[in-house]
Amino acid sequence: MAIYLNSDSKIIVQGMTGGMGAKHTTLMVESGADIVGGVNARKAGTTVNLGGKDLPVFADVAQAMKETGANVSVAFVPPAFTKDACIEAIDAEIPLLVVITEGVPVQDSAEVWAYLDGKSTRMIGPNCPGIISPGLSLAGITPHTIAGAGPIGLVSKSGTLTYQMMHELRDFGFTTAIGIGGDPVIGTTHIDALEAFENDPDTKAIVMIGEIGGDAEERAAAYIKDHVTKPVVGYVAGFTAPEGKTMGHAGAIVSGSSGTAQAKKEALEAAGVRVGKTPSETAELMRAILKEL
Amino acid sequence: MEYQAKELFAKHGVATTLGVVVETAEDARAAAEQLGGVTVVKAQVKAGGRGKAGGVKLAKTPDEAFEHASAILGMEIKGLTVNRVLITPATPPVEEYYFSFLLDRSNRSYLCIASVEGGVEIEEVAKTNPEAVRQIPINALVGVDAAKAAEIVDDAKFPAALRDQAIEMVQKLWEVFVEEDATLVEVNPLARLEGDRLEALDGKVSLDDNASEVRHEDHEEFVIRDEADPLEAKAKDLGLNYVKLDGEIGIIGNGAGLVMSTLDVVAYAGENHGGVKPANFLDIGGGANAQVMANGLDVILNDPQVKAVFVNVFGGITACDEVANGIVGALEILGDGASKPLVVRLDGNNVEEGRRILNEANHPLVTLVATMDGAADKVAELANA
Repeated sequence: MAIYLNSDSKIIVQGMTGGMGAKHTTLMVESGADIVGGVNARKAGTTVNLGGKDLPVFADVAQAMKETGANVSVAFVPPAFTKDACIEAIDAEIPLLVVITEGVPVQDSAEVWAYLDGKSTRMIGPNCPGIISPGLSLAGITPHTIAGAGPIGLVSKSGTLTYQMMHELRDFGFTTAIGIGGDPVIGTTHIDALEAFENDPDTKAIVMIGEIGGDAEERAAAYIKDHVTKPVVGYVAGFTAPEGKTMGHAGAIVSGSSGTAQAKKEALEAAGVRVGKTPSETAELMRAILKEL
Repeated sequence: MEYQAKELFAKHGVATTLGVVVETAEDARAAAEQLGGVTVVKAQVKAGGRGKAGGVKLAKTPDEAFEHASAILGMEIKGLTVNRVLITPATPPVEEYYFSFLLDRSNRSYLCIASVEGGVEIEEVAKTNPEAVRQIPINALVGVDAAKAAEIVDDAKFPAALRDQAIEMVQKLWEVFVEEDATLVEVNPLARLEGDRLEALDGKVSLDDNASEVRHEDHEEFVIRDEADPLEAKAKDLGLNYVKLDGEIGIIGNGAGLVMSTLDVVAYAGENHGGVKPANFLDIGGGANAQVMANGLDVILNDPQVKAVFVNVFGGITACDEVANGIVGALEILGDGASKPLVVRLDGNNVEEGRRILNEANHPLVTLVATMDGAADKVAELANA
């Protein structure tokens, strides 16, 4: 078992014929994920060979779903067109939409989020590495070679910290690792992933990685306190980041007293989450928990 | 900055007085003469609390404007040097209100905040009389039409005499928010002037960098380079995501989260080595080729505070052999310009090949360390030597 993405996932790629899209479609095919086609209105009807697999190109998401039975779409479209691509996928009622694109205007993301209200699609991202259920499927850009299947569920704002933590805990492995993205407006949140991991029988413990900015970690802490019975280990990046400076992610900015790494750590600890000072210490906390189980 | 916010207000028909932006006290005197009457000399920096810091002064005569401008130009407000002042006619408000549209991260939508009790002391009002600070959610798909604007104005209890003006201004401010792709449009104070005129006396607009990149080429003009640290300006010109900090250890990594984590780990390691600290944040992103690595190293090695450099890369998309070739290539490009020790930690995709390349190059400045913690300790030790 895993969350959101498993061996039944049939994946299409929006923007498969672009540079990023082609490169990562190849890597997804090589990882063993069931990639069934792509979407590009201008190249509809053609076939592209990526990673040794012939992949049909469709005019739109709805057609691709009808022809292939796809239930996941991964979007690599440029930021100027990401909103339209999302709306197309949501209108087609794709169950899972993973938006990798970095640099999406935040008002576009806010409109997409409002559009999702009452719709059946779950969106992950934008500006994220996507989701991997090792050994089952990969929808995104996380290298499938870092770690195999195991009992840990991982949810993170940051892409490279997802990789780092998977690497640290490769001796145990993961049910699913999700990078939710660090933008101010995202689809799936820490809380959504925590709820799904709590309900997934194969996930025995959860690692939650946050970073400075916003109040997502504080809200997650409140959720954990009331709803999560499985052990959770936390890590927050940005303890030494100065206030008022943007550190790369649009979301990673501290203003005033809220949103600091210290405030997040305290909120998580108050909810019973053990928080590591560094990625390696966090991994050690997780190892100790797993050995007790 | 205020004058830039006012330019955007004027562009969308929001009632405001632009005034004159000057960079010398002489020009301040000339501007005051031209405007006539009593003027206000206002420091232009991206920081709040300018008035409290002594950066806003009333001038009765052009000579007074000269004196105030002399004092304010060059002054530091919250660490920012004042390089320009705005001269505006003094228009004493009858009443002061507060108004803003902003991106509400927690609700992943937009919010309007309005208060007729407000003005510049809005934060105080929010504490003592929160009911007077109205928060009105806005649906991102629907936006603010005339009816919504009227709802906002009535909810905030704007005086009847100003209702129509306020409704019009709210719609125009919404136009600024949406058409300029802002994350914040704030008018503070929104002033009721003599004769029941409503005017944006001061304001702040935060623009979304992603949107500016995608569809607002004209926003480039709002970028003020002289406020930034020279190394930050250079990094920006090279397209690098760099933030200058106050320490001795240069940091290069890939991915914002990993680089922030590296700063933390290095700061902890520094506690055992004389308190050395990170000198910067630098995220070279996924595709770390030789040129990007060279540009990054070039900026960091030009920081006179830097004593040692930590390159921390987890090969995800990028393979470690490409990163290793990038480091070797960068050191060749820089030649004698590279003079400080480099501690490198590589992990992930194709790490064996990456480490082999660095070992083979055997550069005297480069030390390869297997783990992030070990590398942080090593670089802190070198920076404290």
